[in-house]
Formats: sequence, structure tokens, C-alpha cells
Amino acid sequence: MISQHLPVLQVVVPLLFAPICILLRRHNLVWGVVLLSCWTSFAIAMLLLQQVLTGGEIVYAIGGWDAPWGIEYRLDILNAFVLLIVTGIASIVITFARESVHKEISEDRIYLFYTAFLLHLTGLCGVIITGDAFNIFVFVEIASLSSYAMISACRDRRALLAAFRYLILGTVGATFILIGIGLMYAMTGTLNIADMAERIRDVEDTRTIVSAFAFFTVGFCIKFGLFPLHYWLPNAYTYAPSVVSAFLSGTTSKVFIYVLLRFLFLVFGVEYAFETMHLDIILMVVAIMAIFSGSIAAIYQDNIKKMLAYSSIAQIGYMILGISLVSVSGLMAGILHLFNHALIKTALFMIVACFFFRFDSVSLKDLKGVGRQMPWTTMAFVIGGLSLIGTPLTVGFISKWYLIIAALEKDWWWLAVLILLGSILTVIYIWKVIEVIYFQSSDSQSDTGAIVYKEAPLSMLIPVWVIIFANIYFGVNASWVTDIAQQAAVYLMAGQ
Amino acid sequence: MEILLGLYNYWVAIALMMMGFYIVIANGNLIRKIIGLNIFQVSVFILFISMGYLSGGTAPIYSEAYTQYSAPLPHVLILTAIVVGIATTALGLALTIRIYQAYGSIDEDEINQMDVTS
Repeated sequence: MISQHLPVLQVVVPLLFAPICILLRRHNLVWGVVLLSCWTSFAIAMLLLQQVLTGGEIVYAIGGWDAPWGIEYRLDILNAFVLLIVTGIASIVITFARESVHKEISEDRIYLFYTAFLLHLTGLCGVIITGDAFNIFVFVEIASLSSYAMISACRDRRALLAAFRYLILGTVGATFILIGIGLMYAMTGTLNIADMAERIRDVEDTRTIVSAFAFFTVGFCIKFGLFPLHYWLPNAYTYAPSVVSAFLSGTTSKVFIYVLLRFLFLVFGVEYAFETMHLDIILMVVAIMAIFSGSIAAIYQDNIKKMLAYSSIAQIGYMILGISLVSVSGLMAGILHLFNHALIKTALFMIVACFFFRFDSVSLKDLKGVGRQMPWTTMAFVIGGLSLIGTPLTVGFISKWYLIIAALEKDWWWLAVLILLGSILTVIYIWKVIEVIYFQSSDSQSDTGAIVYKEAPLSMLIPVWVIIFANIYFGVNASWVTDIAQQAAVYLMAGQ
Repeated sequence: MEILLGLYNYWVAIALMMMGFYIVIANGNLIRKIIGLNIFQVSVFILFISMGYLSGGTAPIYSEAYTQYSAPLPHVLILTAIVVGIATTALGLALTIRIYQAYGSIDEDEINQMDVTS
């Protein structure tokens, strides 16, 4: 009975819990409610993925109104998988969040922060699951507005300006998306994505569709911070509360990349997007520039959070590079990296949150010799860093491996070399951190010589190690994820 | 002439769009940025509403007397988009107030300067 309504519950559960948070106000209580809501969402996402894997596509008509008139929710292998990533990351981040939020956000704003967190989750789930183009715009804005609020919740005043810039650019991006959707609607007369995909074939030569395509693509590229449009990203991730950086880097950009994938491959079609419009060449050039500029900028950062933010730009480059190869193995690498990067970057940002929790700073000069004071946290950082570099036995290796295979399949050995060079740059900035936290002695302990243990509290350490364990587990035993990514890639390349 | 007058609405929409976008990019004042953003969004609303309009068409009321109707759906969509726009503006203004409280200025360059020196 209830299993029929799971698609809508995925969006409704966090949406209904959000106002309850405002009513409850007491922050431990609110945290409990959010925790319950996130894990419920995760359970729903698992059930939905199970249903899709066994029974194929799910179509759910909201309120019983059928497709052309009502809004429908549509689930296939691709978005069921993205849904699992997003709700999974949200659950682990919120489990971790309590102490960190208490430390970084002033007492009277904590319940509002949690409300924004749930609304963000609502928006993301809605974007993923909906089958209606205008609905995507609305959910994108729900997600974005709540993320601006979350970023500005930090005590640091620089967070305010970062949030403001993100708001301006995010709104420009969203308005571009709106123009794109409007022009597509004008030409096809439908907002239902599946309908639109059928009707757009007849009008795809018109200039209106060309501009719709351009607006839509650029709008989403701003939203997920692809290289020349990434201006808002480093500061937003750096000055946001650590929990928010972990959540946003793991989920938001992935969701927007997913929407772009869906429209490029399933609505505009491979032939139009990549043969008529040559988007693959543009994306590939931009992706390579993203990998190098992001990694090189990361090397020069002293602030670990900013380093990880620039590294996110580079990693988004890897995902887009996989997509720009326009082959099953390239797409598979891109989709795998969606999952793998969510695990890696969330873990690293959570570890940085632990550093901030104990030392009130995330800049390298204040973290000398932390390795002796927080052995478990720093060990987690090393494993996470190895995963980011892409060493074997971690998830980072799996996606790089498939990416290189995809490049070699096309006989583009130079691309494989560039990918490896990107990894070497990653080694440099990760090593920079490791050197400071392990091999330099801290200034404060030099006079007494005694080592003070300042390990992060267990409520933070356990979630960190759960996700680090996931990094290793899915790196060793990758078949489940690669199977799903391959099915999704085949589905995308097949078009309809 | 036909292109100029027949597509009058679209020309207005494009002009507004460019003006709004220019203000957002070129101006350092945070309030003016929000104003530019609003003009930019409104131009898109006009674009949508123009698309739904049919010359000589009426509101979609079922009656023998009328045969041509304008499409109501773009109007409904724009109502939603207006609500989203208001939420964005409100949040932007709220952030500006807090920036002013924290920095004592709403000029982007001055604020950047303060962050560099502090």
C-alpha cells in the first residue's frame, strides 16, 4: 500500500519535517527530528532503487492526475541511484553534525539552520525525482535558497559576502534555466520531460531550440560551478559552516550535473547535443582546464577548506570529462565519479570539521603536528586523501581507472596522460597537508614536550570512519556500483 | 518594420534582460545588484507571458461567444516564478542588512578591501 507512494514520500517527508523543526526549537530535539527524517529518506531511496532494479521504471502521477495535465514523478536507474547518493550523504552528514553545528553556529539560529538543511534535501530530492521541466526549476530554487541561508549561518562575517555572491550568480543561473525551459515549452507545448523529448525532434532545427539549449546548459554549469563559471564556489565552500561544506560538496553539484546529463542525453539527444552543437568539444576543453586550474589553485592554498573547495572544481572537471567522451565507458566513469567523489569529499570536509572543532582553525599554520594529538582523525584524512588521489583499493581509483579506459578506447592516449598529470597535482596538495599534520611539530607543545590528546568526540569520529570505510569498501568491492553505473550509462546512450 | 513592431514584446524583454544583467555585473553596490537581478528576472517573466498571448484571444473562459483563448499555463508558471523571485530578493536584502551590520558598508570593493587588510 504505502510502497506505491514512496516516490512522493521521498519529497514530502523532509518537507513536512522542516516546519516541525521551527516549532520545536530546542536544538537537540530538532537534531533528532532531522536525523530521523534523513534516515527515513535514505530508507525510502534504498527501497525505490530496489524497486527500479527489479521492476524497471516507476511512474507516479501526483494527486492521480495523469501525465500531460498533472505533474508526474519518474524514476529510472539513473535518478534512483543519484537519489541514493544524496540521501545517503545527507544522513551521514547529519549524524555527524550535532557537535560541529553547536560549535560553529550561534545558539539561537541552530533550529533555523536545521530547517534549511531539510529544505535543501527536499529541493534536491525533488529535482532528482520529478518528470516535469518547470518543477525542476522550482525545486532547484528551493534547494538554492536554502543553501544560501545555510552558508550565511556561519559566525565568520566573510560567509555573508560568500553567500551573497552565490545568491547573485545562483539566481542568474536559475533565470537562465527558466529561459531555457520557457523557450522549450514555447516550441513543444509541453513541460513533461518525456513528452518534450519526443516532440523536440520535429523542431530541433529552429533557432529557438538552439538558444534554449545554450541557456539551459550554461544555467546548470553556473549552478554546479564548472570551471570558468566557478567564481562563487571557493568562497562559499570555505566560509560556510563545515557541515554545510560537506553536505554541499557531496550532493548539490552532483544533482545539477545529473539534471544536465538527463537533458543532454534524453531530451536533446546525443545526436543533437554532441553532433550538431558540438558540446562535447566545449565540455572537454573546459573540463581539462577545470582539472588543472582547480588543482594548481589548490596547491597554493593555506586554508585546508579552500584547498578542498578548489579541488572540488577539479573533480567536477573529471566528471564532466567523462561525460564529454560521449561513450558508454566515459559516461560510466562520470556517473561512478558522482558517487565516488561524494564519498571522498564529504569525508574530507567532515575531517576538516573535526580539526576546526578542536583547534578553531583550518589554516595549515595552526595545524602543525596535529597527527600526534588527533591520531584517528588524521589517519582518516590520509585515507581520504589517498582516495582523492586515486590510489588502488580506494574509490578514487575506480573512477580514474574507468576514465582512463574510456580515453584509451578512443585512442586518445594524451588524454590519459593528462588525467594522470591531474592526479600528480592532487598528490602535491594532499602531501602538503600530510607533511604539516604529521612531520612538523606544533609550537605550543615544544616547551613541555608532552603530547596532549585532543581527539574529536566519538559522535563525530564514528560517522567519519563509517564514510572512510565506505571509501575503502566500494574501492575493493566495486561491482555493485559499477553495475548500476553501467546500466545507467547504457540507458543514457540509448537515448529513449 | 514587421520584425520591429510585430515582436515588440520580445525586444522589450531582451532590452530589459541586458540592462539587468549589466547592472548585476558592473555595479559594486549590493542593493543595486539586487535591483539589477530583479530587472533581469522581470524580463524573463515578460518573455513567458508574451509567449502565451494570442492576438485577439481572451482569457480561457468557456463560452459560446469566444473562440480564441490565450494559453493560461505560462501565466500560472510565472506566478510561481514571481514568488521564487520575491523569496530571492528578500533573502538578498536580508543578507545585505547583515553585511552592513558586519562591515558598515554595502560596497563590494570596500568590503573586499576590509577582508584583505584585517
